[in-house]
Amino acid sequence: MKKVFKLIDLDCANCAAKMENAIKDLPEVEDAVVSFMTQKMTIKAPDGTDFDELMKKVVKLCKKVEPDCEIVLK
Amino acid sequence: MSKKQKNILIRIISAGILLIIAALLPLEEKSLLRLAAFLVPYGIIGWDVLWKAIRNIKNGQVFDENFLMAVATVGALAVKEYPEATAVMLFYQIGELFQSVAVGKSRKNIASLMDIRPDHANIEVDGKLVEADPEEIEQGQLIVVKPGERIPLDGIVTDGTSSVDTSALTGESVPRTVRVGDSVISGCINQSGVLKVEVTKEYEDSTVAKILDLVENSASKKAKAENFITKFAKYYTPAVVISALLLALIPPLVTGGNWAMWIHRALIFLVISCPCALVISVPLSFFGGIGGASKKGILIKGGNFLEVLANAEIIVFDKTGTLTKGVFEVDEIHPHGIDEDKLLELAAYAESYSDHPIAHSISSKYGRETDRNRISSNEEISGHGIKAVIDDHEICAGNSKLMDKMGVEIVHCDKAGTMVHISDNGQYSGHIVIADKVKESAQSAIKRLKARGVKQTVMLTGDSSSAADAAMKELGLDKAYSELLPADKVEKVEQLLEEKSPKGSLVFVGDGINDAPVLSRADVGIAMGSLGSDAAIEAADIVLMDDDPEKIALAMDISKGTLKIVYQNIIFALGVKFIVLLLGALGIANMWLAVFADVGVSVIAILNAMRAMRIKEKN
Repeated sequence: MKKVFKLIDLDCANCAAKMENAIKDLPEVEDAVVSFMTQKMTIKAPDGTDFDELMKKVVKLCKKVEPDCEIVLK
Repeated sequence: MSKKQKNILIRIISAGILLIIAALLPLEEKSLLRLAAFLVPYGIIGWDVLWKAIRNIKNGQVFDENFLMAVATVGALAVKEYPEATAVMLFYQIGELFQSVAVGKSRKNIASLMDIRPDHANIEVDGKLVEADPEEIEQGQLIVVKPGERIPLDGIVTDGTSSVDTSALTGESVPRTVRVGDSVISGCINQSGVLKVEVTKEYEDSTVAKILDLVENSASKKAKAENFITKFAKYYTPAVVISALLLALIPPLVTGGNWAMWIHRALIFLVISCPCALVISVPLSFFGGIGGASKKGILIKGGNFLEVLANAEIIVFDKTGTLTKGVFEVDEIHPHGIDEDKLLELAAYAESYSDHPIAHSISSKYGRETDRNRISSNEEISGHGIKAVIDDHEICAGNSKLMDKMGVEIVHCDKAGTMVHISDNGQYSGHIVIADKVKESAQSAIKRLKARGVKQTVMLTGDSSSAADAAMKELGLDKAYSELLPADKVEKVEQLLEEKSPKGSLVFVGDGINDAPVLSRADVGIAMGSLGSDAAIEAADIVLMDDDPEKIALAMDISKGTLKIVYQNIIFALGVKFIVLLLGALGIANMWLAVFADVGVSVIAILNAMRAMRIKEKN
């Protein structure tokens, strides 16, 4: 399953790369891409993953790396 | 400029003025008063950097650029270089502002290239037009598209005539005329008349949604160069910080020299330790190249395909629909004893009741209405052709089997294509050669590819060998394999894959019908998108929206140009940084130069990356 999230105030490309690496290290994430260009985050996880739970972890991780950046959860 | 950027600008200006005042005040060198005078502008410009540095250390982000700047400037204050510390912080912020403005602008520019998203759809409710969200419109609903509006959903025109600008999707600048019964594609702009359109696809299945999805996801397929930079960045920063530490400790310990001087040199290292220039400019270049290509009707699904396409060595084409138009047309008329027009007229009359594609090609070549009163009988003989009575003549039109049956002796012809023989009262009158026409641009497409260093151009087709050879000669291809089944095509491509050199790549170009397995087997699969063919858009890595094979050369130029910019940026950014590191270690470079090597290089690299958006085709 793949989901895309919008990012607000992601204003440093290096931070995007760091966020991406941090999210990739989560055990339930198969692949993650944080695109500085499109200001979007794509997360791939196995089918049946509880995305709400996963996103809580992702938000926490991203807050650590780049506190100014906000993830739009729909 | 955003609010955040304006805020920073005000801080930069006020800190700049206060810095000048502090420098002009007649205060004693290295006095506390002088420190205080400089701390005011330093605080104004640098408080957020210091705050972020502390906050990020708490979060375990040690080698963060804020931290490095904080250490570098606080270090400079500690060695009593007050003006330098303040100025470095000031220049760092100016550079960051520049960078964020430049990146923001580039991002918007590229995004606007790809902005084909419709904002609303007009629907009629109780006789009044109401604006609705395209995502809420259902299949079969009627929408109204006014002149100047973007067509929000794919559909069929039920009322009105207009010209439609398809350039956002195809790069084709000549508008297309649409009438009742024609299909229209979302993302195009309606130019002249009001159109009523019956929606055939819901928003998420419409062309515009598919293209947007494709282009936006292209950022997730990273090129090798991008992955290299990400890996490099991981090691670069810690390596520079460790060498800074060694530089501060070892020389003074070994030589017993001046601690302040070596610490100062080490601080210069810290300023240059952010790989920002590369981390921003490399993906930006790829993004720009992909954006620029999409403006020209070439959709590229990822930066990695730009890299592979730039090294194209063998290009394999499917014939029908790729190099040829995929529609039958009268190629040649060979009369026997009568004139050409007369032969065509006889054929057109004989075939006038037929619905066969060959009959259509003859009647469209004839171009006039047929007077049915002249036809007194018409009989279709399945698998053979047609026997008709026209103006009291018995006319037969069909293949050689029909002529045999009628006892008519035919004149053989070496032309490639389908033959329609015609006889008049048992007398042979000649034949018409029907062939799938080669696209006008196909020949020059091959020539352009060869000029770009493609070593082999190969054609694969299910057609007969005579048709294949004729097309091969006409187009100037190197090889043609004919009478292939779809499975044979995969086998041939695999054979060719073994022939190429390890660095080169094999490109397959097809129309997306029947060749999905080959498209995915090749290093890069290019599909003729024929506006909205789902199979093509999904199976290929690159989609040519207007089916023009000449665009492949342009796509190669964009690929090569983008890569050139990427390598320029990598070499420039790394080169400047290493030189400044070296000069810093030797004590020749000061902190100002280091700030330039950090943010100045970033800004230049970003500006260079923007050129990728505007790469033009070489002749």
